[in-house]
Amino acid sequence: MKYEPVIGIEVHAQLKTDSKLFCGCSTGFAAAPNHHVCPVCLGLPGTLPVLNRKAIEYVVRTCIALECEVSPASRFARKNYYYPDLPKAYQISQYELPIGRNGKLTVRAGGKEKTIRIHRIHLEEDAGKLVHDASGGSCVDYNRTGIPLMEIVTEADVRSSEEAVAYLTSLRSILQYIGVCGANMEKGEMRCEPNISVRPVGAEEFGTKTEMKNLNSFRAVRLGVDFEIERQIDAIENGERIVQETRRWDEATQTTQTMRSKERAHDYRYFPDPDLVPVEVSASVLERIRAKAPELPEPRRVRFISQYGLPEYDAEVLTGTKAMADFFERAAAIHNDPKAVSNWIMTELMGCLNESGKTIDECLVTVEDFTALLGLMGKGVISARMGKDVFKDMFASGRPPAEIIKEKGLEQMNDEIAISEAVEKVIADNPGPAADFRAGKKQAAGFLVGQVMRLTGGKANPKIVGRIIEEKLLSE
Amino acid sequence: MELCTKTASELIGMLRAGEIDPIDIVDSTFKRINDKEPDVKAFIVTLEEGARARAEELKDADRSLPLYGIPVAVKDNMCMRGAQTTCGSKILTPYEPPYDATVVEKLKAAGAVIVGKTNMDEFAMGSSCEWSAHHPTRNPWDLERAPGGSSGGSAAAVAACECSMSLGSDTGGSIRQPASLCGVVGMKPTYGAVSRYGLVAFASSLDQIGPFARDVRDCAMLLDVICGHDPKDSTSIDREPPDHVAALDAGAEGMTIGMIKDLFGEGVEPGVRERVSDAAGVFEKMGAKIKQIEMPIVKYALPAYYLIAPAEASSNLARYDGVQYGMREDADDIVSMYRKTRRAGFGSEVKRRIMLGTYALSAGYYDAYYLRALKVRTLIVKEFEKAFSECDILMSPTSPSTAFKLNEKIDDPLAMYMMDICTIPVNLAGLPGMSIPCGLSDGLPVGLQLIGPTLGEQALLRAARAFEIGSGICGMIPGEKTD
Ligand SMILES: [Zn+2]
Repeated sequence: MKYEPVIGIEVHAQLKTDSKLFCGCSTGFAAAPNHHVCPVCLGLPGTLPVLNRKAIEYVVRTCIALECEVSPASRFARKNYYYPDLPKAYQISQYELPIGRNGKLTVRAGGKEKTIRIHRIHLEEDAGKLVHDASGGSCVDYNRTGIPLMEIVTEADVRSSEEAVAYLTSLRSILQYIGVCGANMEKGEMRCEPNISVRPVGAEEFGTKTEMKNLNSFRAVRLGVDFEIERQIDAIENGERIVQETRRWDEATQTTQTMRSKERAHDYRYFPDPDLVPVEVSASVLERIRAKAPELPEPRRVRFISQYGLPEYDAEVLTGTKAMADFFERAAAIHNDPKAVSNWIMTELMGCLNESGKTIDECLVTVEDFTALLGLMGKGVISARMGKDVFKDMFASGRPPAEIIKEKGLEQMNDEIAISEAVEKVIADNPGPAADFRAGKKQAAGFLVGQVMRLTGGKANPKIVGRIIEEKLLSE
Repeated sequence: MELCTKTASELIGMLRAGEIDPIDIVDSTFKRINDKEPDVKAFIVTLEEGARARAEELKDADRSLPLYGIPVAVKDNMCMRGAQTTCGSKILTPYEPPYDATVVEKLKAAGAVIVGKTNMDEFAMGSSCEWSAHHPTRNPWDLERAPGGSSGGSAAAVAACECSMSLGSDTGGSIRQPASLCGVVGMKPTYGAVSRYGLVAFASSLDQIGPFARDVRDCAMLLDVICGHDPKDSTSIDREPPDHVAALDAGAEGMTIGMIKDLFGEGVEPGVRERVSDAAGVFEKMGAKIKQIEMPIVKYALPAYYLIAPAEASSNLARYDGVQYGMREDADDIVSMYRKTRRAGFGSEVKRRIMLGTYALSAGYYDAYYLRALKVRTLIVKEFEKAFSECDILMSPTSPSTAFKLNEKIDDPLAMYMMDICTIPVNLAGLPGMSIPCGLSDGLPVGLQLIGPTLGEQALLRAARAFEIGSGICGMIPGEKTD
């Protein structure tokens, strides 16, 4: 029998607000445990939450980007459960009335477009962190308690790990574009929990689903989802029953393992939080946020093709992150050759980034220095070959190109007399290839040019070298 | 006449005239406390040292501060630096909060001298002060009787002149009912008029802090100090608060006062009914019109309240788990620690309500209990709105009975819950309500409840002041001659 996976994805995105969701504490990285805490986020008796409006704006921005309906009045609810990292013994979340509902995101997977419906988007506070000490005891760090998390839940529309990764990639890019979340999965800024079931192809009803946690990279998502699909199909084929449970992806064994069974569903006793008033997003506020909404990756990709004449592939890669697309546009505004700018970003800049594991935000090369390098190559001050070495130095040191070129004496040799001398020496030393060229074998020119470049330490302008070789051999 | 038996407004007059200093009042107050406290036991902790230091500090301060030098007591569920806040519970013994409640900040800024934290039913759940984990408080009018609750300590302290005024909290009648039983003035302001920041929550959608005093003027003075918008409380009303003292003397002439017939019926003691009916006569004498009002829905307030309040409480009290603060019973694992701590830390009434509330919110029961109770609440709001379309304010007994004997109702929770039958509808509707003494029945004070529309505190105070003038009942002190 053939099976079809049915996947829904829950993403928790940490919002980039300066302060926590219900108090004034910083959301920044704190060196010491329990440094970013106050009576409110510690849940001390008598304290009350006060909503951070910025977080609402960020969620509304996300709702707009994902084409959700925005509730004019949503509510916070209490999710009651006991855990030592939860100081109030309830999490303030949203239940019946989330901020956003019924959205969608269209992604490209396997060369096809696929629309994944968004079920809901809501806001909630993060819990703290348990730290187990050497003596076997447990300590609680409340720095993370109250940090705003946005939960984005899809409908069960995803049908493969490829679609799951495409959705997450696209979502990450959007969240970065609209500036609401760093969306770095490795840093835990974006946590993804897919729920997976399989059913015979053509079946209407869903199979029993499992939820997966601890997927900390796109790679883990792909491997984990594939593993779980296979595991479930194998189990069904062997006549076993799928248990509704939470499974943990184990990076070491590349398998999923049971975390906890959900057979007896926990009763969270949700009810509206009486300490908070309904969150109102009026039509005028919605319009104000919509008017400020930044351009999203997809329209920007289309614009890159039409405005800059870039190939589809270039446009897609460049708009993959907002920072990269911004770098390109700022460079193209200075250096009026978008294709050259694109080529250099896609090969040299991205090559260096991949090699070093850095992101564009961490890159030391400024747009100004980058375009200056392209300018120097365009004017023939250095060769493209030299340019690549200079760029590597710029990437490593952050120094401007002119300084590197001067220090290393890399200026291109454009002196025709000096080049002529080198050409004469190469012809004399290589009578065979010279004769071949005279006899009409144009390929021989490449060898001779290469020899001249070697003789001049790569500095000779290859265009001038080619012309002089031709002149010397064909005019004799 | 001892200084401690004077009203705050009298003391302020003397202080401003330079006749006395704050320390003179502190001396008199603590002499009184030492004298009365072994019998009354209104306080969980008295703060004599702090009060004396504060009085010294105030000597050179601005004497025009609104509560300059006035001794005030604070219910033990309001957080205050440098003192314990136990909420009358073992589970918060000991607990010292690292911050001041907004009302405590306001008292301090107003020049008040905080003399102690008063006794209460554990987590404000109770109507007699007998559910305190520390000790019961006795009614200054008859030491064999309960002062009412849950703010019984705050009411008794004012009645016994152990302070000029005090703060209580009222979730279902916890200010008005003890005010009634102790013969003092007590007010529950409109929900949101006074910040709840720093008030340890019982039922967040119902809790409201309010004043106790020996007369209406003092009550208005304290209300003026504590009310106002607080950005730390999202449910606090954002508006410029009115001057309640200035509104006092407008009289009751031309007011329409509705008598809620449904709250004069079964279960109300004849003596209470008589005194409250007499009060209607006083209002008429003062130029008000009395109108009989029927509010058939209010009888459903009690059952609705006993779903909503415990539901919220079950969540609010979940944080007392022994992890961060308060009491902890050691155990081998975390779940056992939670269980042992909560079993040992909470008293039986609190446990009863946590169980009730947990049940009401459980999957499968939520719609039938909690949600239905919310619907009743909406109907009660509407019924009051209708009543206020015909009347300026409403009146009823505050409590169906005068002070009852200690231990009389402790084993009968339903009988105890009935003590709040007249006060609970007001909390469910978020309205302002107050209790003022309207005479004695068999030597025990009877309370008259006045209920106003949302933010109608001025109308309540005005009518209450007119009643004091019309009836001559003002500033009753137990054991002293009243006429
Ligand atoms: Zn905080």
